[in-house]
Amino acid sequence: MKHLLSTLDLSRADAIRILDIAEEMAAVGTREVKKLPALRGRTVVNLFFEDSTRTRISFEAAAKRLSADVINFSAKGSSVSKGESLKDTAQTLQAIGADAVVIRHGASGAPARLAATDWIDAPVVNAGDGTHEHPTQALLDAFTLRNHWARVNGTSTLGTDLAGMKVAIVGDILHSRVARSNLWLLRTLGAEVTMVAPPTLLPHGSNVWPCTISYDLDATLAGGIDAVMMLRVQGERMHASFFPNTREYSRLWGFDDARLAALDAQGQSETIIMHPGPMNRGLEISSAAADSPRSTVLEQVSNGVAVRMAVLYLLLSGDQQRPSGL
Amino acid sequence: MSNDANAARNLAPKTARTVLSSEDIDRVLTRIAHEIIEANKGTKDLVLLGIPSRGFPLAQRLAQRIAATEPGLDAAAIVGQLDVTMYRDDLRHSTARTPLPTRLPAGGIDDKVVVLVDDVLYSGRTIRAALDAIADLGRPRIVRLAVLVDRGHRELPIRADHVGKNLPTATTEKVRVHVAEVDGVDNNEVIIEDAA
Repeated sequence: MKHLLSTLDLSRADAIRILDIAEEMAAVGTREVKKLPALRGRTVVNLFFEDSTRTRISFEAAAKRLSADVINFSAKGSSVSKGESLKDTAQTLQAIGADAVVIRHGASGAPARLAATDWIDAPVVNAGDGTHEHPTQALLDAFTLRNHWARVNGTSTLGTDLAGMKVAIVGDILHSRVARSNLWLLRTLGAEVTMVAPPTLLPHGSNVWPCTISYDLDATLAGGIDAVMMLRVQGERMHASFFPNTREYSRLWGFDDARLAALDAQGQSETIIMHPGPMNRGLEISSAAADSPRSTVLEQVSNGVAVRMAVLYLLLSGDQQRPSGL
Repeated sequence: MSNDANAARNLAPKTARTVLSSEDIDRVLTRIAHEIIEANKGTKDLVLLGIPSRGFPLAQRLAQRIAATEPGLDAAAIVGQLDVTMYRDDLRHSTARTPLPTRLPAGGIDDKVVVLVDDVLYSGRTIRAALDAIADLGRPRIVRLAVLVDRGHRELPIRADHVGKNLPTATTEKVRVHVAEVDGVDNNEVIIEDAA
């Protein structure tokens, strides 16, 4: 594995290997000395053309826990606002001596462009590109799901997948790279995925995706679901009216208090509620649901550091001359 | 490695001889267990940390023998596993290795007498990595080293306190240790293969 650009081209063995390594990385987070010397002397550049809180600090914490040096770059306040191109920015990073580039960009395919050209030799990690993919988010979601699934089934997590697990991904599928990355990865790991959204928030072509499409959240939940992944309504990407108003959205597609009570009433005590963050409380998820014991929101954040440590470790260790080093 | 290289290696004449049988390993471990108790003047504060994959089962076997000498001592309570993958000095050059779990005994390792256990002592680089890993986990009073086989060719100033067998080898030879816990039922032996 030279780059991590999407979960679509990630094999089952590679995905499980990343999750297994993340397991050991998570153990480091519980120690007194939360640092490993594995990437000492390497430089990781966080190249963020879009705003981000948790992804950027998560990658920063991951790189630092592996003893790498971190350079944070955000487009705001850089020469990008003077009109510098992606190519010139990449070549600058190459000249500085970056050993890995973590890139978030508003344009789908920007990380793939960086990986395919000779602008920069370093491995590229996609930290979210447009409405395309966000592979490390899907990996941390899969890690969280696997922990839950192993706990429910009373098995060990190492080496296992998500076979038989039912996951619903709910909300703004159209603008969500998280939904796409999760769909590919969860399918690879054997989970059954149901996408729940208003028809206006489903992308063209989603009818051929390897998942069930539903327009009725209550019916999907009543059918028995092991994990519900609520997506953020991405207001900044909505330049048309996709639903009449926020109150209606929240009533039909949001995880509100009534749906939380319904889960309890149906005896689905093991169903977890996930959200990649940042949450619009009161819109796609109610505060009661976000703060309930079912919610894995904070667990997802801490798992994110472990998963990103595993990805950086795999990309930056081993013989990088060999293209299929993973 | 390419398939051609693999095939060539398999075709090359290879001599393998057993230097320690299953019974030899049993006797050697019993002796090392007693040496450890003797050096420590008892079992107080003892912690055995095995380095995966084959050092850990060896540490478990040593712990059982040590626990057998003192009633009330639980073997599981003095044995742990120490993974050193992330502390190796060849991470950049060899293929990426998958780290294995590190499990310390409930009492931790602070102020304990830690005995590192590994199967083969060769360059000493694994032990250097293990010493770094220990430093991140706590501060033992003493760290000692027990190995089943010392095959020489040290590249660092490191020596073992307890050695099962000193084995003069050529660098072209390979020393393989098989233990039942890792390699399958009744497969306990130390073999030297001539890989040249």
